[in-house]
Amino acid sequence: MSEAMDFKVIGTRPIRPDGVDKVTGRASFGADFSLPGMLEGAVLRSPHAHARIKSIKTDAALAASGVKAVVTGADFPQVAAGAIEGGEGGGDFADLAGNVIARGKVRYHGHAVAAVAAQSRAQALAALALIEVEYETLPAVLSLDAALAESAPLIDEGLMTSGLAEPATAPSNLASVIEMGNGDLDAGFADAALIVERRYQTPTVHQGYIEPHACVGRWGQDDQAMLWCCTQGAFDVRSMTAKVLGQPVGSLKVIPSEIGGGFGGKTTVYLEPLALLLSKKSGRPVRMVMTREEVFRATGPASAATIDLRMGFSQDGKITAAEATMAYEAGAFPGSPVGPGTMCVFAPYRIANFRIKGMDVLVNKPKAAAYRAPGAPQALFATESAMDEAADKLGIDPIELRLRNAVEEGDSAIYGPKFGPIGLRACLEAAAAHPHYTKAKDAGVGRGVAVGFWFNVGLQSSAEVHINEDGTVTVIEGNPDIGGSRASMALMAAETLGVPYESVRVVVADTETAGFTNVTGGSRVTFATGMAVVEASKDIIAQCCSRAASLWSTDEDMVEWRDGAVHPRPGVNVEAKPLSLKDLAGKAGRTGGPLLGKASLNARGAGPGFSVNLCDALVDQETGQVQVKAFTAIQDAGKAIHPSYVEGQLQGGAVQGIGWALNEEYVYSPEGVMENAGFLDYRIPVASDLPMIDTQIIEVPNPGHPYGVRGVGETPIVAPLAAVANAVSASAGVRMTELPLSPPRVLEALDQA
Amino acid sequence: MKVHVQTEVNGEAVEFLCDPTATLLDVLRDNLGLRGSKEGCGTGDCGACSVELDGALACSCLILAAETQGRSVATIEGVATPEALHPLQSHLLKSAGLQCGVCTPGIVVAAKHLLEEDPNPTEEAVRYFLAGNLCRCTGYDKIIRAVLDAAAEMRGEAA
Repeated sequence: MSEAMDFKVIGTRPIRPDGVDKVTGRASFGADFSLPGMLEGAVLRSPHAHARIKSIKTDAALAASGVKAVVTGADFPQVAAGAIEGGEGGGDFADLAGNVIARGKVRYHGHAVAAVAAQSRAQALAALALIEVEYETLPAVLSLDAALAESAPLIDEGLMTSGLAEPATAPSNLASVIEMGNGDLDAGFADAALIVERRYQTPTVHQGYIEPHACVGRWGQDDQAMLWCCTQGAFDVRSMTAKVLGQPVGSLKVIPSEIGGGFGGKTTVYLEPLALLLSKKSGRPVRMVMTREEVFRATGPASAATIDLRMGFSQDGKITAAEATMAYEAGAFPGSPVGPGTMCVFAPYRIANFRIKGMDVLVNKPKAAAYRAPGAPQALFATESAMDEAADKLGIDPIELRLRNAVEEGDSAIYGPKFGPIGLRACLEAAAAHPHYTKAKDAGVGRGVAVGFWFNVGLQSSAEVHINEDGTVTVIEGNPDIGGSRASMALMAAETLGVPYESVRVVVADTETAGFTNVTGGSRVTFATGMAVVEASKDIIAQCCSRAASLWSTDEDMVEWRDGAVHPRPGVNVEAKPLSLKDLAGKAGRTGGPLLGKASLNARGAGPGFSVNLCDALVDQETGQVQVKAFTAIQDAGKAIHPSYVEGQLQGGAVQGIGWALNEEYVYSPEGVMENAGFLDYRIPVASDLPMIDTQIIEVPNPGHPYGVRGVGETPIVAPLAAVANAVSASAGVRMTELPLSPPRVLEALDQA
Repeated sequence: MKVHVQTEVNGEAVEFLCDPTATLLDVLRDNLGLRGSKEGCGTGDCGACSVELDGALACSCLILAAETQGRSVATIEGVATPEALHPLQSHLLKSAGLQCGVCTPGIVVAAKHLLEEDPNPTEEAVRYFLAGNLCRCTGYDKIIRAVLDAAAEMRGEAA
């Protein structure tokens, strides 16, 4: 295990292999690719939040200048229901296909209705205006309450609630119900000296990646197709697109570009099937690039949620019982992350008596997509707000209250498995000792504490390690590098092989070059694909040992790998100087051919990630504006392979969470039209909104990874919502329970206080 | 009718034909093959397409290509020399001031402009100057540090 390890390169902070390309503008992102003869595609989107499509006439558009192809839902095959495996958001293929292009009904404003390919984008846009769609508008369902009302308009007339004890007898907008519980809830609450009971609400928000979705599709007369696109998972794009088009997986090659942010939002497909079908019809490659407005109206978002929470505490701060009823907006198709939300809501604590109910609810908004720890930020916003209120009312320090309830190694998680080594207690202790926490607050400032949690996943990964003739190393893997993962892979290969970091190059390959690999998501890349890279490097070491033994005319068990070279074992009587990777690379032709190591695995043992965030916030009592004065993110990384990029995850997640807490929300008209579909009005945090984000990496090694890694990408966005809200509540002197804490909402709370 | 435009990009004379409605960003990317400037929004909100036009910092998505007739455009492609990166680029790499990297070209162009105007900016000045350059990955911390470190290096101080 890594505690005893003496690392040579792991834990250092070298420059990322793809760095120069990215600071010089040379790196090629989704919209940067082009092919000769390429057409430009554009999408006609629904002007209604909810309507029946009575007819679509495309003749005029097809006859327009420069137009080469038009597609509508009628051009696509019917896709049978079936679970999507391995994606971060999960979901169903039939829903995915229905979201890619509407058939029969439009379910949200912005839902794709038709697509056009023309010689220029201007011609494509002009042709969209010539498509005649006759709609019968239906009442839009825009909130959880409206969706669950007795006589609510049905978004999917065939949707029967799953997960009920008794099968549903009539369709509704409630897609599924999840329930879990343990112990005696009534007895637990009867024992409580304090009960905190509140409704917490979070808005619809967007992942907000800076790069809009983009792709180029090319279909051949032999039905073999290629896609160049920005995605978190080329293999997922391949399987999803093949399914939507009714084609075999092997007929499609997906080449991932560099990716300009995703945060879960690029783990699915939107444009890709449209571009390919337009290419098939036109016989030309087709490029499609979304506008920012389209990104807001038709991709993402993260679910809005309403959580009714009730927590009981003994006088000394032990949780005696906890109950949560959690409703998440799925958008127009089933599949909100309420499932993981229910599993996360009480995960940081030992609670003997609990009951959790989750509801996945359809509304006429875009189909929810994964967003960094999907479902957890909403859930922990509720729990950590209640914990803060309890600490205040019981007169117990908020970190101490959490320490008294914190789960530890050996405890059974509320969602089932027993925790292995975890870092919650270490994070809490670090927070209590942190200068941010021990220093006095400035006048008027509120200080908030919150805990974050995410499971982290493993899933399937492949890697190849090629040793070049001079001993330099090429690593081939299939996870688009969204935040420095090439550097992590190179560090792990260099550490394992005992070679300099600089001698390792990492290639993010396409679906015909890399072995099958699940998405860049679930905080899995450094853990699972890293494990594959380590295994493939060990494969090289085994081959080197075998070849050296053969050269030395001795047995393999007479040699060993040490310090980047094969040595005779101590005491073995072989007259030979050690053979390094470079030596053996030069002799590869004489010892069995090229040195090529490989590994493919389904990674088990992802270590859960815990964090603690500290936030100082100042509320302007006159305007309601909130200023974040200081923020500290503390998180268990297991082992930080490249600490700068781990810190970067903590900082970036913190700021996304700050945005979620303070500014960001979809604002809808009564008709269901998003009114702020641009970065001016959907305001993500900008540099001048923020202080430096302090970080502290805790390292409780994960025994499930050769170097102790646990995923770090998602946990950072979980705690900030409550950390900020708790700070704001303290500064304002009013408990804030509905996000975002925008100036009007804070002012309203101040006025009512 | 296309418009014939003669202008200068990164010190080189260029000419192109474009639609009167084409933006400078469209022409840089599609006509001239300079795809380092990115379109994040098309409405001047994100700064990923930042360029200098006659030395003024601008969003190239808000400038009509035809307006550049007889003027001078500087893009991310002109920032590094064949021998070396600009100190801002080096410090962004050293500080891990990028994750996905799509906003980075715009940040480099904007921050370079800032340091030419003010070689010794405060943290607050950097934050306000870069408020028009959105980054969703980093939380800005390491970007701001990289700019301050590059400024120190350019002033001849140890960063």
